Amino acid sequence: MTAPRTTTQGTRLGEWIGLYCLSVLAALVLSALLVEATGGDWRPVVNALLDGSLRKPGRWGETLGTAAPILLVAVGTIVSGKAGLINIGQEGQLLVGAAFGTYFGFLIGGPGPFNLVVIVLFGALGGGLWAGVAALLKFWRDVPEVLSTLLLVTVGGQLVAYGLSQSWLLLAPLGDRGNRNQVSKQLPKDNRLPRLEVFGNEIPLAVFIAILSAIVISLLLARTVWGFRLRMLGRNQRAAQRSGVSRTGYGASALMISGAFAGLAGAVMFAGGGFAFGNYQLVPGFATNIGWTGLLVALVAREKALIAIPVAFVFAGLRTGSSFVGATGVEGRITDVIQGFLVLALLVPPAVMFLRDRGRARAAAGERA
Amino acid sequence: MAGLVEAIIDIFSSESTYINGALFAAFLAFAASGELVAERAGTLNISVEGMLLGGAFTSAIGYHITDSMLLALFTGVAGGLIVAGVQAEMSHRLSADQFVVGLTLNILVFGLAGFLDNEIQPETKLAGKWEIPLLSDIPIVGQALFGQRWPFYFLYVLLPLTWWALFRTRWGLELRSVGENPQSADVSGIDVNKRRRQSIYYAGFTSGMGGWFLIFGQVGLFEDSVVGGRGFIAIAAVIFGGWTLRGTVAGCVIFAGALSFRLSVQGLGYQVNSELLQSLPFIVTLVGMAVFAHRVRAPAALAQPFIRGLK
Repeated sequence: MTAPRTTTQGTRLGEWIGLYCLSVLAALVLSALLVEATGGDWRPVVNALLDGSLRKPGRWGETLGTAAPILLVAVGTIVSGKAGLINIGQEGQLLVGAAFGTYFGFLIGGPGPFNLVVIVLFGALGGGLWAGVAALLKFWRDVPEVLSTLLLVTVGGQLVAYGLSQSWLLLAPLGDRGNRNQVSKQLPKDNRLPRLEVFGNEIPLAVFIAILSAIVISLLLARTVWGFRLRMLGRNQRAAQRSGVSRTGYGASALMISGAFAGLAGAVMFAGGGFAFGNYQLVPGFATNIGWTGLLVALVAREKALIAIPVAFVFAGLRTGSSFVGATGVEGRITDVIQGFLVLALLVPPAVMFLRDRGRARAAAGERA
Repeated sequence: MAGLVEAIIDIFSSESTYINGALFAAFLAFAASGELVAERAGTLNISVEGMLLGGAFTSAIGYHITDSMLLALFTGVAGGLIVAGVQAEMSHRLSADQFVVGLTLNILVFGLAGFLDNEIQPETKLAGKWEIPLLSDIPIVGQALFGQRWPFYFLYVLLPLTWWALFRTRWGLELRSVGENPQSADVSGIDVNKRRRQSIYYAGFTSGMGGWFLIFGQVGLFEDSVVGGRGFIAIAAVIFGGWTLRGTVAGCVIFAGALSFRLSVQGLGYQVNSELLQSLPFIVTLVGMAVFAHRVRAPAALAQPFIRGLK
């Protein structure tokens, strides 16, 4: 009895790997064709991507630093996703979180490490509160969170822009900025997130925070009562409610935790600086698509926090590599296209396998009958 | 305070407020009428944003190549249908998560349109104005409803068509039954996922047309931010309208009012906090949904995938 079973298991694994390879290949070939069709050459683009993300000196530190906030956003998204909620407003939650961290960081002040903790905590609080608005609208007024979280991205962006135009909120005093620049004060040197120097690469502390939180969340979701209830709520709301899981309590807290991680990512971008995240200053376009990318990472990782770690690094690599693509004469936004094709391609194998498994189960049932 | 009242009266008596409002409302209504059909079939089709952008881009390309606005309409509809095709086949044939597919599609279309726009830089222009005699002379709303550029008038065909197809045909009845109780529909011999795919294709058709309208009837040139999140406002209009066509159109008009108000305030030279003004349409949408979303009854199977044998 065991022998045929192992062969099917073996074929299944083979099918999985084959399907994934095929889909990724299709996405890459499609992107390459697009480059060729618009008169470019795909080989230098690949080279530029590898140079920009890994090979040139100091670049892999840069990629790691970019991956940190992306991973944080993804981890938060996984928490709300497990509860069956679709939060797509991370971009706004990240920005509001960064603004909260900046404001309270300067307001409370204090010595370096203490100030850092303040920035990070208030960043998480800001993101959580912004997601809390969507949670309130959902559980009090039945507004679908898919829409409210998204609409709040624009509102949050304008809110932060307003804060950056008022000197009693975020705007730096006139002496510290250009005449019409909308920037916040710069974070003093002692209050920035420290970095480790490894082989000529600077690795920010944020990377370790992000990886640690991915591991912790993965354990919490898999091994605690809280995680179990959250997953139950996501899988079968009615069963969860019958067994005493509060839809409002668990749902709202999951949404707010998701926002808090996005806010944390924003705070880390502000206090970690560098990596194209600005100069330890808050500016209107601060979020620079990190929220969207984090969301994509969570989708690709299929709500598994540990898988999100490598995926975040791949997407961060595409981002850091894209700054080198411009020199090849191909529009740098090709990386957005590659990203989109990749994500779409990665959705196919699980869906195909699901249908195949069902087909097999049905065939087996038919044989028995 | 008196100044504020005066300003509001001024804005509401200005004809340009109504003309712009009608344009914004028409754009939303193109997308929302298709979205209504999709949602009545039980799919919350968030890729409508991508369909609009795809339609706008392919129609701009179509005009760039053929120099004909009518042919551009066909390429625009084709663009909307391509996006709809990916959404429909992946979420209702392969049974991938509809939100994940929609979200990814939005991002992919945004990247693709931005990349190709920079490479090709299509040239477009606005269509000519058609003033309908007599009707366009009605004070205040005449110009807004009957003095627009000709792509606008497609809406007057599309809305009755949508109503007829959804509420007066067997197809529409089956479609709505699929959105209310897919299990029963399945038992009575309706192919649930096929109807859902068709509803998404319909949304792609109307959104592609909406994208074409946006380029030739309202804006005149393509850029990647041309849709700018209004696909999501169209979804909100459907929910706001309680999944009826009348309500959906009312939602489009109200949300378009906020968009148009923003333009008029600036156009008439009033000084209002610009950040507040920018976010006004989104705040109005959120407040509108907060007030009305729980009073209406959604299609019972909205956003629930149907896989035979699983419940």
